[in-house]
Amino acid sequence: MTATAQQVKEAESGKRADRLVLVVTNHTIDKVYPPLILATTAAASGMDVDVYFTFWGLKLLDRNGYKKSKLAPVGNPALPMPNILGVLPGMTTMATSMMKRKIKKYWPTIPEMMKQAKEMGVKFHACSPTMGLMGMTEKDLIPLVDDVCGASAFLEWATSPNTVTLFT
Amino acid sequence: MPQMTVTENEPAKTLDTKGLLCPVPVIKTSQAIKELQVGQVLEVLATDPGSKPDLTAWAKMTGNELLMTSEEQGNPKVYRFLIRRAR
Repeated sequence: MTATAQQVKEAESGKRADRLVLVVTNHTIDKVYPPLILATTAAASGMDVDVYFTFWGLKLLDRNGYKKSKLAPVGNPALPMPNILGVLPGMTTMATSMMKRKIKKYWPTIPEMMKQAKEMGVKFHACSPTMGLMGMTEKDLIPLVDDVCGASAFLEWATSPNTVTLFT
Repeated sequence: MPQMTVTENEPAKTLDTKGLLCPVPVIKTSQAIKELQVGQVLEVLATDPGSKPDLTAWAKMTGNELLMTSEEQGNPKVYRFLIRRAR
């Protein structure tokens, strides 16, 4: 990709970061869409993007879990119902399907958005200590994953100049 | 500076993102503009009120030229953008 004169000028003057590093620590719907939205938009704006999936965020890279993001009604006072009802059997499924129906009108699904991000050049990294913790091996990962790495690799990108790092 | 004629800003393509929310209008715009030749103009229609600051920022970051923004009153309000592919 060739940069415009303005972009080169801005990069040289250190005015604008051109790399975005995101950390995803959870796989509930409300914790996954914001980083995917930022990742795809940053890629569409010509930025290099790295997304690091750790703890339950790693579920998104798991062959068996990446389609199963849910909405947690327990401890979520924003839902239009008494919070105590969230503990009843079936409430998570119900809240999830209501939210997914609503989302479908405006946005791609989470797996579709991940595929789109990938096609736009976003890199996906799986957290190696989390894989150990959850008993996962590289065979459990979806093909969209670029590599498996730990904190040092993460810090190396996160501390490079022109980079913005966000925990989401 | 050469005088701009109407035909120079004539859109080569129209992208309708009405009803869609951020980031979809920006993502689709970035994909659609790649299908144009450098110098051609893309027309984008949107109803997301965030599309105005978002497409302005996107144009600034990518170096594409936002030629015009207008709003048509209605329910919902429709935003119209003309963007020239710069590279």
